[in-house]
Amino acid sequence: MKDHSELSAIFNADEQRVNWHDETLWWIRQKRDKAVNTLPEWELLRENASQIKQHTLSNLSAYLEQFEAKALANGVKVHWAANAAEHNEIVLSILKGNGINRMVKSKSMLTEECHLNTFLENNGIEVIDSDLGERIVQLAKEPPSHIVLPCIHKKKEEIGELFHEHLDTPAGEADPQVLTEAARQDLRNVFLTRRAALTGVNFAVAETGEIMICTNEGNADMGAHLADIHLASMGIEKIIPQRRHLGIFLRLLARSATGQPITTYSSHFRTPRLGQQMHIILVDNGRSQQLGRDHFRNALKCIRCGACMNTCPVYRKSGGHSYQYTISGPIGSILAPNLDMKKHADLPFASTLCGSCTNVCPVKIDIHNQLYQWRQELVGAGYVDAKKKWAMKAMSFLFAHPSLFAWVGKVGRRLMMIGPYLFNNKLNPWYHQREMPRAAKQSFREWYKQRAKNNG
Amino acid sequence: MVTSKARILRAVKANQPNFISFVDINIPQSAEDLPNKFALALGNVGGKFVELDHLQEVQSYINENFGQGGRVLSSLAELSKLEGLNVIDTNPHHLANVSLAVLSADIAVAENGACWLPERNILQRVLPFIAQHLIILVSVKAFVATMHQAYETIGQDAYGYGVFVAGPSKTADIEQSLVLGAHGPRSMTVCLINEWSA
Repeated sequence: MKDHSELSAIFNADEQRVNWHDETLWWIRQKRDKAVNTLPEWELLRENASQIKQHTLSNLSAYLEQFEAKALANGVKVHWAANAAEHNEIVLSILKGNGINRMVKSKSMLTEECHLNTFLENNGIEVIDSDLGERIVQLAKEPPSHIVLPCIHKKKEEIGELFHEHLDTPAGEADPQVLTEAARQDLRNVFLTRRAALTGVNFAVAETGEIMICTNEGNADMGAHLADIHLASMGIEKIIPQRRHLGIFLRLLARSATGQPITTYSSHFRTPRLGQQMHIILVDNGRSQQLGRDHFRNALKCIRCGACMNTCPVYRKSGGHSYQYTISGPIGSILAPNLDMKKHADLPFASTLCGSCTNVCPVKIDIHNQLYQWRQELVGAGYVDAKKKWAMKAMSFLFAHPSLFAWVGKVGRRLMMIGPYLFNNKLNPWYHQREMPRAAKQSFREWYKQRAKNNG
Repeated sequence: MVTSKARILRAVKANQPNFISFVDINIPQSAEDLPNKFALALGNVGGKFVELDHLQEVQSYINENFGQGGRVLSSLAELSKLEGLNVIDTNPHHLANVSLAVLSADIAVAENGACWLPERNILQRVLPFIAQHLIILVSVKAFVATMHQAYETIGQDAYGYGVFVAGPSKTADIEQSLVLGAHGPRSMTVCLINEWSA
């Protein structure tokens, strides 16, 4: 299996494309800044949201029980799934029990995490993703590359080709307006013909037993309100104590995600529609384990805005697929090792530890600290490449011996001056996609010494 | 057999940290000039804001801006000329051909252009989504500064369903180009009715 850096190298082979990807995400980061800077109370909101989430995690068992009791009283069926397999079985049994073999689904990273689509398809159930970006990656048979912007890695011409093949749009048509209209017509028919709709959950309120779902397209609502059965899958960390806390999280979420003041729709589902069945599936899948990890518990505060991805210099230049986990970017890199340390050992190293992720996080997750902590855990557990370990040992020896360090620096600079080809070749990993710098005539230390002498 | 519920709750209880309390914050908000702030925010999310003096003017506004054809539905008894859902029809699929829905909102949020529509205002949950165009009527009393005040107003309302709508349905999934009319309405107009009762 290729690791993050190998997959990034492939992504980086097309320089123009990687620049386009980088600039698109940075533009979204700038929109976020613009929206955030209009609110003088932004830091107060972040602090409050962080405290509410911390409090909720410290009392999660009670809030889960309260939520279930309220939801049951609202006429909702509540299911508990310890892991992905159990979640998928629950969905399948609800569909089978109602004689349904086709379902429409709005955005849910949890169902991606559980690989629900593949499971249902293997069991004869057709699933259609209704979020436009998710529909596009579904047609392309790819996973989403970003939790908020699933097809941010795709060019409109590629989407045009997919639509030409699957939705009969004219060959060569790549106008976003035309393509979106084609998807609207196609999916409208899907919404009107599917008896079951599955949605994700952004927030679940313990006090009232209601769930809240945010979309810009209206696809979650179109699906749920036209279907006989509404299934909603949620991780157990989605709970918040009270309805009024939604005010704080809604002010933070869309501004952090895309720079919008709020998503077009913020839908509150408390009871099923008259004659409708509503099911909520509460999923653990490693979350209770993460709750017990002191250093990493805070990652469960995440509200899935994607701000950490948009700002991350590594994500922007490596693309979401290089992470090989449902949730990519900095937050994915601290969530994934909790599920499988060995498989995702590369991810905490896919960072410069610059801390920008932590700075933009609306719920104040210390992402870069956790990335650093995971590195300690992974090295300790022996999941890190021996080459990296020896390189680190050599570096620390070098840095601990100043005269050796000075000598190596001098020799290195001299060699770069006489024989640049010694460095500018394929054996040097730093030379891939980079120009090597011109060697300076003297080191800072040499310059400083000389300056002192000259001034003295 | 231990159920998954018991297993999950036991694991959560064992692993959750010691109780952490939190301090409720008070975020002061200016209540000045809310309709203008709302109009600006709504424009930024792709919606349109108009001011009408009386409810009676809604019909002529519709005629001028949306033409005569097409199925128009309203939940307002005052708009008697429009089709209501007095025809008790609980099948949401029968709304697939609605071209315009005229609904009233209880709350209009100045910071983001969002309108609060509880279930009792919308006839059928799907109506504000399935209609090709949406008109939302608000009174001057509906305006609040931010989402905090919106939830204060909602309080413990026992709605079965409720939604904040801020602008027409939209997407930017294709190369970040904004397209209005993703799955829901292609336009959203908020009408401030200055004198609600005639």
